[in-house]
Amino acid sequence: MKIHEYQAKQILARHGVAVPRGEVAFSSKEAASIAGRLGGRCVVKAQIHAGGRGKGGGVRIAADVEEAEAVARQMIGMTLVTPQTGPQGKKVRRVLVEETLEIAREIYLGITLDRARGVPVVMACAEGGVEIEEVARRDPAAIVIEPIEPLLGLRPFQARKLAFALGLQGEAVVRATPLMQSLARAYEDTDASLAEVNPLVLTRSGALVALDAKMTFDDNALFRHPEIRELRDKDEEDPLEVEASAHALNYIKLQGSVGCMVNGAGLAMATMDLIKLVGGEPANFLDVGGGATSEQVAQAFRILVSDANVKALFINIFGGILRVDVLAKGLVEAARQVNVKMPMVARLEGTNVEEGRRILREAGLSFTLAEGMLEGAEKVVALAGAR
Amino acid sequence: MSILVDEKSRVVVQGITGREGTFHTRQCREYGTKVVAGVTPGRGGIVHEGVPVFNTVKEAVEHEAAEVSLIFVPPASAADAILEAADAGIRLVVCITEGIPVSDMVRVRAALRGRPTRLVGPNCPGIISPGKCKVGIMPGYIHRPGAVGVVSRSGTLTYEAVAQLGRHGLGQSTCIGIGGDPIIGTTFLDALRLFREDGGTRALVMIGEIGGGAEEEAARYAAKEMRIPLVAFVAGQTAPPGKRMGHAGAIIAGGHGTAAEKMAALSQAGVHVLKSPAEIGGAVKRLLG
Repeated sequence: MKIHEYQAKQILARHGVAVPRGEVAFSSKEAASIAGRLGGRCVVKAQIHAGGRGKGGGVRIAADVEEAEAVARQMIGMTLVTPQTGPQGKKVRRVLVEETLEIAREIYLGITLDRARGVPVVMACAEGGVEIEEVARRDPAAIVIEPIEPLLGLRPFQARKLAFALGLQGEAVVRATPLMQSLARAYEDTDASLAEVNPLVLTRSGALVALDAKMTFDDNALFRHPEIRELRDKDEEDPLEVEASAHALNYIKLQGSVGCMVNGAGLAMATMDLIKLVGGEPANFLDVGGGATSEQVAQAFRILVSDANVKALFINIFGGILRVDVLAKGLVEAARQVNVKMPMVARLEGTNVEEGRRILREAGLSFTLAEGMLEGAEKVVALAGAR
Repeated sequence: MSILVDEKSRVVVQGITGREGTFHTRQCREYGTKVVAGVTPGRGGIVHEGVPVFNTVKEAVEHEAAEVSLIFVPPASAADAILEAADAGIRLVVCITEGIPVSDMVRVRAALRGRPTRLVGPNCPGIISPGKCKVGIMPGYIHRPGAVGVVSRSGTLTYEAVAQLGRHGLGQSTCIGIGGDPIIGTTFLDALRLFREDGGTRALVMIGEIGGGAEEEAARYAAKEMRIPLVAFVAGQTAPPGKRMGHAGAIIAGGHGTAAEKMAALSQAGVHVLKSPAEIGGAVKRLLG
């Protein structure tokens, strides 16, 4: 799960990481009064779940309260396009109004899971404010890494190693050590999957402050963090994906014309790959789960047919232990309930396949049957293209 | 031949009295698996699905000589169940549970380091040595004994591959679902090592997916050590970056973990990489002649 920058900063501040003074505003009026409290001069930052905001005009400095209000008025409600939002951009609904800082140096600091090591790692880079993936490609040696032992946490000596590797000196090293440990504790305490401070700035007065912050969280651990779950901003997500997640369906919208309903994540991805391979474009990833119950199938139909790009549906279900006749009855019931009119290609495996196929054939609906997944993919791509 | 489980394996089911535990205990027993015990804390002393139930794994080991554990415990307590099995001296732990927090698995992995217990999963369909033993949730009837090993991060896509092998008259030595999470107990590399030592496996099917670098790691090993033919498919060639594709581990992050990278690494290692998931059975058939 993603959250906004200002929310990440609040979490980091609670764990002892210094952040700039500032508050979130939902209107230009609120922005003006925050700017007033900050003494006039401030920075206004659009809050959307995507990076690269500066490049799209989503981060602007205001000299005084009036300018802060004007900037916020322009920003709130605008559609911000950044390298990470895609061409359609994202609508700005809130802004963060913060004090400006006198910056002496910028540094990158991030924590994420290293899957190969099986532990989280701190990544640090003397060059801050840049995209770390870009640095990793261009100059991987510029990134220094310290693994966090799960039973020990980040030790002070590791933080010192990182600080010295970044070229920090004297008082800055003394300040960086607890800051890195605080960041590591914030990551652990909240079951984060990413905690990134980019840039961490060294101010002219020698303070270390998180100028920008990003946190994402392990969805599997949200059950034990109700306070994090409340930070979810559904406005930032695709409405169909929000709808699907409310029904425990794994759905990801793409741009193609072949709607897919599959049980199991791996088979769902493989089905998309096969559709592409035979000349079509998948409209989505959708995993209805191992059980593929009638209610889930009905909900899946609802989501698929509400995507205007979808011209035909491919139902690829490897039932295994499930009885295909039961599955077929569920499909027919759900298709009637949702009133699915577009062509549907069904490929079903499991026990009682023959009975299942008979049920679909005799349902009087727009089902086409397929033997294997290749035949199914070819048929559905032809049907999607023919309309 | 087979790896990890066979007709002699003595299985304890943790979470046996739950809905999933009950259903799959019955399915495993019908397949011929020796389910010798179940564990549900507080339900010790009852007999469930014809199996004696104990309060702790330790008791199941002491009384029934259980040495393989199959876990259906809900996500919040599943890590604890794995640790309990390891503490009781269980040789092989197969964890089916989906949705375990990553940080729990980070700690489990650290705690298992240096111990003799092998973990398979979590978030996996389990292991089957056809005709001998099924420790998992896969449909037994699609499998048949034979000489093809299967190792996969997926569930239903593995069933698809097995069904294709069956249509070409090819049976399996052992099929292992290693799981779709970012932290898993047994990796592709571990599975390759095990299959390499199995005289009965003449070809290997590897089913990977986007996310992480486990396929690349396996490719480096395969290039040097594997003497049997390998066929691989990597799911997610059309997956968009930054999106979690159902499995917690299936995500292209920071431009890494793409299907293209993995397919290139495997090809370079001499593995037969397939673009189409519909060609798995046919490809193995051609290689085995």
